[in-house]
Amino acid sequence: MKKELGTFILLVVLCIVVAILNPVFLSATNLQNMARLIGAYGIFSLGLGIVIITGGIDLSVGSVFALLGVVLSIMLTEWMWPAALAVVVIIAIAMALGTIHGLLITKMRIQPFIVTLCGLLFYRGLARFIANDETKGFGSAQGFDWLRSLATGDVLGVPTPFVLLIIISAIMWVVLHRSVYGRYLFAVGRNETASRYSGINSQIIIASAYVILGLLAGISAIIFAFYTNSVSPSSHGNFFELYGIAAAVLGGCSLRGGEGSVIGILIGAALLQVLQNLVNLLGIPSSLNFAVMGAVILLGVIADQLLQRRSAARTARV
Amino acid sequence: MSAPVLQMRGIEKRFGGVRALRGVDFEIAAGEVVALAGENGAGKSTLMKILGGVHQPDAGEVLVDGQPVKITGVSDATRLGVSFIHQELNVLENLDVAANVYLGREPVKGGFLKLVDSQKMHQDSAVYLKRLGLEIPTNTQLWRLSIAQQQMVEIAKALSLDARILIMDEPTSSLTLTETDRLLALVHELKAQNVAIIYISHRLNEIEQIADRVVVLRDGANAGELGRGEITHDRMVKMMVGRDIESFYQHPEGDRARGYVQIQGLRTLRYPKHEVSFDVGRGEIMGMAGLVGAGRTEVAQTVFGIDGPVQGRITIGGQELRIRSPQDAIRHGIYLIPEDRRLAGLITDIPIRENVTLPSLERYAQAWLIARDRERAAATEVCKKLNVKTPSVEQLVINLSGGNQQKVVLAKWLALEPKLLIFDEPTRGVDVGAKAEIYALMRELAEGGVAILMISSDMEEVLHISDRVAVMHEGVLTGVLERSECTEENIMQLAVGKRAA
Repeated sequence: MKKELGTFILLVVLCIVVAILNPVFLSATNLQNMARLIGAYGIFSLGLGIVIITGGIDLSVGSVFALLGVVLSIMLTEWMWPAALAVVVIIAIAMALGTIHGLLITKMRIQPFIVTLCGLLFYRGLARFIANDETKGFGSAQGFDWLRSLATGDVLGVPTPFVLLIIISAIMWVVLHRSVYGRYLFAVGRNETASRYSGINSQIIIASAYVILGLLAGISAIIFAFYTNSVSPSSHGNFFELYGIAAAVLGGCSLRGGEGSVIGILIGAALLQVLQNLVNLLGIPSSLNFAVMGAVILLGVIADQLLQRRSAARTARV
Repeated sequence: MSAPVLQMRGIEKRFGGVRALRGVDFEIAAGEVVALAGENGAGKSTLMKILGGVHQPDAGEVLVDGQPVKITGVSDATRLGVSFIHQELNVLENLDVAANVYLGREPVKGGFLKLVDSQKMHQDSAVYLKRLGLEIPTNTQLWRLSIAQQQMVEIAKALSLDARILIMDEPTSSLTLTETDRLLALVHELKAQNVAIIYISHRLNEIEQIADRVVVLRDGANAGELGRGEITHDRMVKMMVGRDIESFYQHPEGDRARGYVQIQGLRTLRYPKHEVSFDVGRGEIMGMAGLVGAGRTEVAQTVFGIDGPVQGRITIGGQELRIRSPQDAIRHGIYLIPEDRRLAGLITDIPIRENVTLPSLERYAQAWLIARDRERAAATEVCKKLNVKTPSVEQLVINLSGGNQQKVVLAKWLALEPKLLIFDEPTRGVDVGAKAEIYALMRELAEGGVAILMISSDMEEVLHISDRVAVMHEGVLTGVLERSECTEENIMQLAVGKRAA
């Protein structure tokens, strides 16, 4: 709880500072646009958070976005598939990839970093090959407006991706913090051996985290594809996995596993988008975008370390 | 007796509101072996940490050779000739023996290039190994050595530092019986070489064997001292706990339903060529003795399904069980209390409550959502029953003493209904008081109809707690001794591979 509080305070302070320096920050358009992005990034960040809680990692998410985006475009504009079928197939592919990652990690005992690094390369290459290295788009094609509105529409003025994020977060909160499965996830992340000795099937728990990530990444992939409306296979989704990892870490997930919360990941995801927005609004050269983000994340983590050390020293003295 | 090489007078130490040491006196002469005894939390390790420079005393003085000294760090301690052999070994497994002995102070050559003079390093360390009677090449990497040999390397390192005061903290906790004997012989030799040895151990029979004097601490103060002729198990225990405790050991005679648990033709991953067969009666505590590496832990893990599908036949009460995973074993009422508490028994950085309910979590859940009230109530109840000393079940396990941690591991299984409980080294690192409680609990469980298999390297424990003893040697079950045949000698014969006559 304390961990999330620190990041939350940082988020609020940043918002206030930006709002003072440039009131445009608080304009309806800006807030809506930001909420839309928070929604799109937040959804798969939750999935990455779960994987990180088991002590794993997934570097392939950005490439998966490119692959799924290309495939989605082909299904809708070239094969003329019904939108509903395309959605089902996209989500199925995403979950199948997650299953493969999970099995390679638990059954073949390959490190998650390696498995998903190979995924990062493989899916990117595959996306470029399938698309013939050409940008695929949806143009102004008709027949799947409801699907497009998932990314670009609103519900009572609130961007749909943000609404989706809130619904998914509520479900994930119950799963992670109230269910038996959630307890097992944290236990396996903390100490897999002790979990096995307590009768938890740790392999299934770990593998399932990658499947859930697949599901959430699939949803995000559809949103991103329609948000950009065109998918350039060599750049679509580049670095997105790192946004997710950064959101999870800022939100209190430990890369060692066993720590993290849904609320924290949400705050982390929001913080990253506010930072992006800050670069735009304050007239900072956009080339510095990544530098700003890297610096703020590092400062956040350092501050967290210092606070933890202080509280640890206090408990030790008692 | 010669003049004391080390004196500690009126040592006080406070941590926050807790008085860890209240005016403790301690002294030792060259060539003397003094055992430091006391329950966990009595102040032994705080006192030794003051000697090692980890903590500074709030009051009192430390004298070496009669001169007051101030020890503010490891380097001060080393300079004064104080060396530690810790319970957990401080060796680098990827380096060889010589590199470990000279770690951080490698002899150099080549002037400013400061190249490691490995020839000198190997020659010099060989001398110390020889002094310890350790016959291994100095270029052996540490991971190839047994725990006992690694410990010898640490002792060699201490000798190379010209240690005059050697502090051994639970040095035998992971050693086999023969290794223990060799270590105790070594203590005698070091003593003859005029080294002062402070020996900390929960194993009172070792103290009986080697100590010239026992200093007992209780609640941070001196509780008394016993001279050479006065050292007996009972007197030490009485001093440590401050009262007479009932004998740990009771063997109610009763009809044990032999053959309740049958294990036949069990093959383990480590010794796939050997088959192990034995039975445990209902209400019986079956001890399992043997040297470290005899395959006892592997038997326990195989029966529990940790190593995958069981090869062999396991029946309980005549019913044959198919065990392919720990989940299967647990479903059939077979539970394991593993050897390594912190690695396998507990998740130490989460609350007691979550540990206790981990194997039985589904019982406190409806539609997979955990009912926290019920969970907390259940955890609190079982902790109370087992007398776990903690202010609340929300306390992190890591803050508990070894004995209380072990009780939490037990608590995990007591919420379920055990049929066969396997204890692997149940009292390692557990203090005398908690030991007695764990023994009493084992007996109570047995009386309640549970079959208990107790793997132990603690001879005292094996001899006094077990109703029968199965002995293993290199993957083979060399014999099962009836209560009347259980003597240290008989067990050792079987443990080194001689079959029962």
